[in-house]
Amino acid sequence: MTLQTDYIGKPTSRIDGPAKVLGTAKYAAEFNVPNLLYGHVVSSPIAKGKITKINADPVLALPGVHQVFSHENVPSLAWLDRSYKDDVAPGGSPFRPLHKPEIRFSQQPVALVVADTFELARYAASILEIEYEEEAHETELTQHIDEAFEPGRGKTGYQPPKSRGNFGRGWEQGVAHVEANYSHHAQHHNPMEMFATTVEWLGDKKLNVYDKTQGAFNSQQYIMKIFGLSKDEARVISKYTGGGFGSGLRPQHQLFLAVLASLELQRSVRVSLTRQQMFSFGHRPETLQHVALATAEDGSLTGINHFAVAETSQFEDFTENVVGWSGTLYDCKNVKLGYRLSKLDVYTPLDMRAPGAASGSIALEIAMDEMAYAAGLDPLEFRIRNYSDFDQAQNLPYSSKNLRACYREGAAKFGWDQRTPEPGSMRDGNLLVGWGMGGGIWDAQKQPALAKVSLDADGHLTVSSGSNDIGTGTYTIMTQIAAESMGLPIEAVTFVLGDTELPEAPVQGGSWTAASVGTAVQEACAKLGEQLLKQAQKMDHPAFKDAKIDDVQFANGQMRLRSDLTQAVVLRDLVQASGEPKIEAQNSKLPGMVDMIKPPKYSMHAHNAVFVEVKVDPDLMTVHVTRVVNAVAAGRIINPKTARSQVLGSVVWGISSALMEESVMDHRFGRFMNHNYAEYHIPVNADIHNIDVIFVHEEDAEVNPLGIKGLGEVGLLGVAAAVANAIYHATGKRVRDLPVTIDKLL
Amino acid sequence: MNSFTFAQAPAIDAAVREKAGQPGSAYIGGGTNLVDLMKENVERPTHLIGLKKLGLDSITASADGGLRLGALATNADTAWHPEVEKRYPLLNQAILAGASPQLRNMATDGGNLMQRTRCYYFYDLATPCNKREPGSGCSAIGGYNRIHAILGASEACIATHPSDMCVALAALEATVRVSGPNGERTIAFEDFHRLPGDSPERDNTLEPGELITGLDLPAKGFEKNYSYLKLRDRTSYAFALVSVATALELDGGIITDARLALGGVAHKPWRDKTAEALLIGQPATADTFRTAAAQVLAGAKGQGTNNFKIELAKRAIVRALKQATEMNQVVDDNAFQNSNP
Ligand SMILES: Cc1cc2nc3c(=O)[nH]c(=O)nc-3n(C[C@H](O)[C@H](O)[C@H](O)COP(=O)(O)OP(=O)(O)OC[C@H]3O[C@@H](n4cnc5c(N)ncnc54)[C@H](O)[C@@H]3O)c2cc1C
Ligand code: SF4
Repeated sequence: MTLQTDYIGKPTSRIDGPAKVLGTAKYAAEFNVPNLLYGHVVSSPIAKGKITKINADPVLALPGVHQVFSHENVPSLAWLDRSYKDDVAPGGSPFRPLHKPEIRFSQQPVALVVADTFELARYAASILEIEYEEEAHETELTQHIDEAFEPGRGKTGYQPPKSRGNFGRGWEQGVAHVEANYSHHAQHHNPMEMFATTVEWLGDKKLNVYDKTQGAFNSQQYIMKIFGLSKDEARVISKYTGGGFGSGLRPQHQLFLAVLASLELQRSVRVSLTRQQMFSFGHRPETLQHVALATAEDGSLTGINHFAVAETSQFEDFTENVVGWSGTLYDCKNVKLGYRLSKLDVYTPLDMRAPGAASGSIALEIAMDEMAYAAGLDPLEFRIRNYSDFDQAQNLPYSSKNLRACYREGAAKFGWDQRTPEPGSMRDGNLLVGWGMGGGIWDAQKQPALAKVSLDADGHLTVSSGSNDIGTGTYTIMTQIAAESMGLPIEAVTFVLGDTELPEAPVQGGSWTAASVGTAVQEACAKLGEQLLKQAQKMDHPAFKDAKIDDVQFANGQMRLRSDLTQAVVLRDLVQASGEPKIEAQNSKLPGMVDMIKPPKYSMHAHNAVFVEVKVDPDLMTVHVTRVVNAVAAGRIINPKTARSQVLGSVVWGISSALMEESVMDHRFGRFMNHNYAEYHIPVNADIHNIDVIFVHEEDAEVNPLGIKGLGEVGLLGVAAAVANAIYHATGKRVRDLPVTIDKLL
Repeated sequence: MNSFTFAQAPAIDAAVREKAGQPGSAYIGGGTNLVDLMKENVERPTHLIGLKKLGLDSITASADGGLRLGALATNADTAWHPEVEKRYPLLNQAILAGASPQLRNMATDGGNLMQRTRCYYFYDLATPCNKREPGSGCSAIGGYNRIHAILGASEACIATHPSDMCVALAALEATVRVSGPNGERTIAFEDFHRLPGDSPERDNTLEPGELITGLDLPAKGFEKNYSYLKLRDRTSYAFALVSVATALELDGGIITDARLALGGVAHKPWRDKTAEALLIGQPATADTFRTAAAQVLAGAKGQGTNNFKIELAKRAIVRALKQATEMNQVVDDNAFQNSNP
C-alpha cells in the first residue's frame, strides 16, 4: 500500500497528553480496587549471607496485619528455572524472590508484609525482626578482572563480538597510535514512576494484574509459569508507564510478590517499591574498557582493538553489545574485539537505554577524538576519512546509511568549521570554550507483532495491539499510521494497548516498537482494506466489480478507485451495508517470523552525529553544556514532534552520564549508597541549554514497508563522549572515567 | 515510618510544655526534612507538635535597627522579603541557592537551622552511624565521603551541616532566639551549631525541649559588597560541595570589614575570624584573597573521596571575595540558567 502523507511525517501532539496532564491516565499503583490490601517489601541490609531467623509474631500481632511472607512460608511454586525466565532474561538461573534464606545481593527482597493500609504495612515492615549471618561479599569489579570469562550466547539476540583481520599487524602498520582505559560506573534507570503492581482478585484464582512494565505479555507469561495460572486467570494490564528506559523489560520483584500475596490471601493486593528499593534490581553495569587505535599516514584506521569487562550477578550472565559497534562504525580491516563478564554479589544488570552501545560509544568515541589529535586531524574530518560504506562486521551492504548527511548538516548547524583545534584556544570572556563531537550506530530491529483493526458503523476505527507506551509516543504514532493507512481523519481512530486481552506484541525495547507494531498495524489495515473491497463487491458496486486491492486507495473516509477518484464509497456505508456492527481484520505473525529467520540481505542500522559545546570556568572547573546539535539518520520519521522529544531526552541522558550519573557503591557494604533522587544526580532544567535536533533524509525500503528504523536510543550515542571531548578541547584535560565530576578537573 | 499523633500547638508556652511532657515528641515546621527522616525510620517521633499557629511567621524590624525573622517564616518568604532583598542580599542569595522553589515554600527558617546532615550512611539504617546510633561507628570514614567535612571533623563523625541559609546567617552574625522549659534565651549564631567531637548525635547547643522562636539580624547587612558562591554536582537542587558566604566593606580598594563563612565543609557553618582579620586593612586583591583562603584551609583534612574539596574551597573563597569586591561579575554559575534564548 503506498503511503500518502496526511499524518505520517507530520508533527502530531501526543494523543495521551491530555489524559496525563489531567490525571485521568491511571498508573499501576492508582487502581483503587475494592478491599485492597497493601504489601510492603522488606529489603536485605547485607549483600551476602543468609537469614537465620525471622520473628514475625510481633508483626502478625498488630491489628490489621494479614501476613508476613518469607522463604519460611512461601508455598511450593514452579520448580524449574525455565518457569522463572522471562522474554528478556539472560542466561543463567533467575532470582526467585522469597525462595531461600540465602542473600545474594544488598536490598534483596526478603519478606513481604501485607496489611490493611499502606502505612501499617510500611510500619510493620520496619519493625520486622530478621537475623542474618553475614558472609564476605565481592562487589568490586576492578578486583575481579582476572576472573572475567567470555559469556556464551545466553540472552536472545546477543551475538559475541567477532574480530577480523590481524590487529597486531594493523597496529604495526600505523604511524600514529592511541591506547587507553575507559570506565563508567553503575547507573540506575530511575524512571519517575516507581515499580508497582495492583492485583485485583476476581475470585477463583482469576486476576486482573495492573503492572508497571514495558511488556504486559512478558509479565503475564512470567506469572502464568510460576503460579500455574491460565491466560484467562492472569490478565495483565499496563496502559500507561511513567518511564521505563529498560527497567520494565523484566518483571520486577513486586509483580511476583503482589501475585503471591493475592493468591495466598485470596484478596486484592498492591505492592509498590520505594525510591530506595528502585536500586534493588537491574542497572546499567559498571564496565571497564580498553581501546587501542592506529592510523596510517593518511589518517585511515589500520587497527581497532576494543575490549570490555562488565559486572554481572552470581546467578545470571547479563550480556550486551558493548564492543561490537567498534567493528561496524568505521572502516577498518583489522579489528580485535573482546567482551568478558565478572561475577559479583550484585543483582543482575539490565538493559538500560541503548544498552551496550551507550557504554561502548563512550570508549570508542573518546578514543577516536584522541586518535584524531594524535593523527593531527580534525575529529570530524578523521571520521569522514574512515567512513564505512559497507558493513564489514556482517559482511553486508547497508540497507541505507546517511551518516554522511548527519556529519554535514550537524556540523553546518553547529558551525564546526569555526573550531580551532588547540585545547584551550577558544574563549568566551573568561570562560574556556570547548567543542567536541561523537556519534554512534544502533540496530534497526523488528519483532513479530500482532494488531487488530475494527471499523464500526459510525466510521470509527479501533486499532489494538498489546504493546506498551513508556512515554515514547506509541499511542500517537500508531494512530497516525492507522489513520494514514485507512484514509481516515485522525480523530476517527483510537489506538488501544497495554492489555494481554489484545493481540500479542513484544516488550517495548530496543527501539523496535515503531517498526514492529507499526508494521503490524499497517498489515492489519491492509487486510481490512481487502475486506472492505470484498464488501463493496458484495454490494455489487459497479466501479469496484473487477477491482484488485492495488486498484483502490483509502482517503477522505472513502475507498476510491485510483484510476477514477470520483468513483468512491464511504467506508462507514460499507460497514452499515454489511449488516454487522463492525468489520474487523488482524495481521498474521508469520511474515514477521519469516523475516526473523531469513538470513539478512542487508545491514540495517540507524546512526547519529552529535556536536557539543561546553563552557568551563578556568578556576572553579565548573562545566556547562551550552549547546548541542544532534543529527540523526533513522529512516522515516513518523512523528517529528515525538521523535524530537526522544532525541532531546537522549541528549539529556548523555549529558547526565557525562557529568553526573553514577550509582555509588560502598564496597565494604556491597551497597549503593546514593539510593535516592537527592544524591543520585541527573540534570535539572538549569543544566540543560540549547539542543538542536536534525533528522536527515533517509529512505529505506528494506527495513520495513514503513521505512522506520526506530529512534528511542540512537540519539544517546556519542553524547557523553562528545561532552568529554569538548571538555578536553576546553581544558586540555582528558578524563576517561565518567562521569566527569568537578574533582576530576581540578 | 511509625504511627504518630499530631496537634497544632496554640501558643509558644503550650508547645514547650507539650514537648517536655511527651517524651518522643518532636516539633515540626515545614516537615521537609523531618518527614523524609521518618520515612527512612531515622527519626521515629511518636507525637508531632505543629508550630504553624504560634504566630511566629512574621518578619519585622527590630529595635536595634536590625530585622527579626520569625522561626516559622518560610525560606521563600524570607528570601523575597523586601527588607531582606534590600538590606541582606547575601541572605537572599544563600536561601535561593538551596533546595527548590517547592521546598523553600514549605521550609521554615527554624527548621532550616535544625535540618540534619545528608550523610548517606546517616540516612541508611543498614549501615552503622554514630550520629544516628551513638557508638555504632562512623561508616563515612573510609567510605564514600564526597559530601563530608574537611574541617573540624572528629574520629566519631565527619558529617557536614547541609544548609545554605545558615552560612549566610553565620557571616551576618545573626542571633538565635529560643524558648524552653527554663524560659527564653538567645544564642550567638556561631555558638548554635557545634562540632561533632565525641557526641555527634548532638547537632547544636539547644537544650532538650527548647524551641527556636526567631532569628535576629543585626543592623549591618553588607548590602554593597557580598557574594554567596555555591559549588555543587549540578546547577540547581543539589547540596553544596563547597559554598562561600562573604561580605566586605571597602574604602578606596582597602578592606575595612570582612566576613567569611563556608558551607559544606564542616559540621557547622564554618566561619573563620582569623581569615577575616587577615583581610581587614588589606587591599582587595587576589593576593590578599589567597592569603585568607590559605588560612581557612590551613587545618583542613581530606577523608579520601572528598580530598578535592580542600583545593575547591580555596578557589571558591578567592572567587567569592573577588565577586564581592567587584559586584559586576557573574555572581555564580546560576548565570548560565538564564542564557537560554
Ligand atoms: C531534596 C532536598 C534538597 C534540599 N536542598 C537543600 C539545599 O540545597 N540547601 C539547603 O540549605 N537546604 C536544602 N534542603 C533542606 C531544606 O532547606 C530543609 O529541609 C528545610 O530548611 C527544613 O525546614 P522545615 O521547616 O521543613 O523543617 P522540618 O522538617 O519541619 O524540621 C526539621 C527539624 O527541625 C526541627 N524544628 C523545626 N522547627 C523548629 C523550631 N522552630 N524549633 C526547634 N526545632 C524545630 C524539627 O523537629 C526537625 O527535627 C533540601 C531538602 C530536600 C528534601
Ligand atoms: S559522618 Fe557522622 S553522620 Fe555520617 S556515618 Fe559518620 S557518624 Fe554518621
